[in-house]
Amino acid sequence: MAKAFNLPDNFKLSSPKTWFRIAQPIDNATKLSRRHIYILPTRFGWLYALLLIALLIGSINYSLSLGFAMTFLLAGFGAISMLHTWRNLANLKVTMQPTSPVFAGEDAVFELVVTDESNRSRYAISAQFANENSGFQTMTEASCRDIQALNAGVFKLRLASKKRGWVKAPRIAFATEFPVSFFHVWAYAEVDSQCLIYPKPSLRSQTNPSSNAQGNSGNQPTPQGDDDFVGHRNYQFGDSPKRVDWKASSREQGLLTKLFQGEATSTLWLDFNATTGENIELSISQLTRWVVDAESEKLKYGLRLPKLSINPSCGDAHYHQCLAALALM
Amino acid sequence: MFNKATLKMQQLLWLLLSLSITFTVYTFNLNNWVPAFFVFFATWRYLIEKKHWPFPKLWLRLPITFAGGLAVLATYGSLFGRDASLALFAVMISLKLLETKSKRDFIIMVILGYFLTVNTLLFTQAIWVILTITLALVGLTACLIVTSHAGSTYSDAENLFTWKAQAKLAGHLLLQAVPIMLVLFVLFPRIPGPIWGIPQDAYSGMTGLSDSMEPGNISQLSLSSKIAFRAEFKSAIPPNNQLYWRGPVLWHQTGRSWHISSEKLDIPVESLETSGPATDYTITLEPHNRNWLLMLDLPTNLPANAVVKHDMQVVSKEPVRTRIRYDGRSYLHYQLGVKLSDYERTLSLQLLDDENPKTRQLAAKWVSEHKSPTDIIQAALTMFIEQPFVYTLAPPRLGREPVDDFLFNTKRGFCEHYASSFVYLMRAAGIPARIVTGYQGGELNPNGHYLIVRQSDAHAWAEVWLADQGWVRVDPTSAVSPNRIESGIASALPDSNLLPMLSRQDYPFLKKLYLNWDSINNGWNQWVLGYDQQKQLDLLKKIISDKIVWEDIGLILVLVLITLMAIISYFLLRNKAIVLDPIKKVYLQFLNKLEKTGLKKLAYEGVTDFSKRAAKKLPEQASEIVAISELFSSSQYAKQGEALIENKRTLTLLKQLVKNFKIKRLNQMQQKINDF
Repeated sequence: MAKAFNLPDNFKLSSPKTWFRIAQPIDNATKLSRRHIYILPTRFGWLYALLLIALLIGSINYSLSLGFAMTFLLAGFGAISMLHTWRNLANLKVTMQPTSPVFAGEDAVFELVVTDESNRSRYAISAQFANENSGFQTMTEASCRDIQALNAGVFKLRLASKKRGWVKAPRIAFATEFPVSFFHVWAYAEVDSQCLIYPKPSLRSQTNPSSNAQGNSGNQPTPQGDDDFVGHRNYQFGDSPKRVDWKASSREQGLLTKLFQGEATSTLWLDFNATTGENIELSISQLTRWVVDAESEKLKYGLRLPKLSINPSCGDAHYHQCLAALALM
Repeated sequence: MFNKATLKMQQLLWLLLSLSITFTVYTFNLNNWVPAFFVFFATWRYLIEKKHWPFPKLWLRLPITFAGGLAVLATYGSLFGRDASLALFAVMISLKLLETKSKRDFIIMVILGYFLTVNTLLFTQAIWVILTITLALVGLTACLIVTSHAGSTYSDAENLFTWKAQAKLAGHLLLQAVPIMLVLFVLFPRIPGPIWGIPQDAYSGMTGLSDSMEPGNISQLSLSSKIAFRAEFKSAIPPNNQLYWRGPVLWHQTGRSWHISSEKLDIPVESLETSGPATDYTITLEPHNRNWLLMLDLPTNLPANAVVKHDMQVVSKEPVRTRIRYDGRSYLHYQLGVKLSDYERTLSLQLLDDENPKTRQLAAKWVSEHKSPTDIIQAALTMFIEQPFVYTLAPPRLGREPVDDFLFNTKRGFCEHYASSFVYLMRAAGIPARIVTGYQGGELNPNGHYLIVRQSDAHAWAEVWLADQGWVRVDPTSAVSPNRIESGIASALPDSNLLPMLSRQDYPFLKKLYLNWDSINNGWNQWVLGYDQQKQLDLLKKIISDKIVWEDIGLILVLVLITLMAIISYFLLRNKAIVLDPIKKVYLQFLNKLEKTGLKKLAYEGVTDFSKRAAKKLPEQASEIVAISELFSSSQYAKQGEALIENKRTLTLLKQLVKNFKIKRLNQMQQKINDF
């Protein structure tokens, strides 16, 4: 006997989301075509339906011909508004902006560029990462925005990061209830975007490379080499608290990090074997801390990992190269 | 410019304005404190928004709510019944304004507002009410749009933030619903109401003839310009003095008042012999909450669902509570009830004893002087003509012996005075007689070739029974005021300012205007308000096929509706054609040229931002790039209201610039420098 039907491999009854068709990215763009748009009445939609029934019964009971007409006008209005709500979401194109890496524990920010290609202004569109019941929940006002006809709007979606490495943007739920809030229209989209999560730097109290990381060459950096103060820059995550100008912050100038001259002159090898972590993750964390510190102190530093070695250098590109290597180790 | 407070205010004002329109209609019909109650709370709510007053707390709202409910109860004596429950609903909506804050509150208020607005139709279904309802619906929908849009980040799509844009979108949504409305209106199977009992007060506003008559009844009715019915004639319209529209026939005399005979229907109908040509007509009767169907003296066939009483009065089985339309055929020449049954003889001679002694004496005197009933009738009419009797809408009040007082003392009266005293005289003289009430005459509307008969045409006359001739109509009013019968009530009353303005003759232009308006109204009544199960079926039979039965209508509706929705969906959901204006086209050419160097304008990038980026990348041509971009963006923003000629000049200039714009090959060196 032949099987009645085949379920897709990823079909799970436990997760209702798998019942929905989900828009897939093609060439970096995901299009919310009509096959991906779902619509259901909101509780206000049901209330409106109740109103229509009440008006119809009233018109029959009192034989109000004009009452029939007005009831039918409002019924037609309901149907029309359904189409309008639907088309407010349909055929939007979603592309992703390149992401910027963040440290684990910070929010990964995904920037969605949502473009209208139907020459129609869109209003009150919301986008959020899909969770178990998104799609059915009522709209939160905060994440809505308008998109002008043939233009694009940018949504910034934040995702709390926990682990180092690449994190893929989860499925995104788009929704709208404009123009009359009687219908909830939603669509799920996968996007082709990932964000690199750098390891979380360990706490400062742990050993620093100056005492333990004995490289083959190079001068010992003077970690407390804060002799030649040259100025301030805004505090960045990972900056040593010792470098924070607490006096300035007490004057309510915000967190400022002190900068010192001559730091880039010394060279430092940051070696995985020199770490004191109990496991790989802790060691990586420690290395990350050293990289961050070395960069903020403008040292010239190299990174030596079990399978990879990065020659000493300095500057933004080098800094990120090192962190990426740590993130993906 | 469009901050949150302005939007909140817009949202509130849309709601308040549209509810105000609806309450204006209520003011005309619920003539009491309820609309003022709304105005008070609407103002309060407005001030909360405007002056940032706090919202009233529950301990304040709760007592006000109870007080509102009690006030309705005190005014109407009940919370149920049509007017009371509407008033209660209106009061509660006004109170709910004080706790309307969130998105949810506003949406619920709009839905309640829709309900309140459509319910104004319980009071009136006149054409003008469409205007107020439409305005209110557009306003409420605009409120709904603003509410649904609230909180959205708008960047450049600011065009939804003006009153005009909101009203336009609301209007579009409703306008697009009109085809669906029309289809449903014509095809939705009409179920004749009512489904359940209708509150007693539902028809309180209806006027018409009653089943009894007292002096003052009909003259009261004559002050109303309301339309009683309209009559279309298939043949020539009979002269005015033949237009006696028969209503309740009154037999029982009890002191001042006259009543119809018993409701029994098993008394044999009086014999009727007709002669001469028949008159065919169609009557559109306004609802009057009674059973009478008015027909021309004397009808020979009956409308559906109607019966004829023994005295030739046509009644329907149900009270007339909606406007109905029926065909009639009458003969103006007839012989009615040549044989008088004993039952009718007793009824038609009945008088209360010991009343109106002077009248009885006069009748006795005539009986002793004259022999034949015809002479007695003549004597009575002569009395009305020769003595100074006056036909007036404002007769003095009559004393305890009303007929005596009228005939020998006041001598001023309206048709009911003449008819009742005449019948009294006849009965006292031993001649069987009865009063017939109804309408006399009517106003010809030349536009539609039909007669408008108003409540002010209400009339009462007499019928006396003569051996060999049967029941003969005698109209004593015509003796006093022949004009009343020959040319209508307006010409008969010197003090016509008592009459409703439209029944008078002094404003010919106004009258003409009114007659035009009335023919529109008549069509409205026939085709919109009178559209019922029967009309629906007739229409479909005419359009589709004779074989259609009521059960098919549902199927037809579904088919037509699906087709319609498919058409509407196609037009609403297709991609809008992108029409580029010539300036944009030239700009796109420019972008294409730049794209060859790998410089692509991103979708979310503004024109100016892109020009900066491009200028940086191509420093040699920076000035050209900036010039083109500025020209383009200025033309885009200055478009509205700008003279056409200005645009033309911009276009020429832009074309020139783009044409001359050539990407210069960058050599390796430059490329490196730029990249660096």
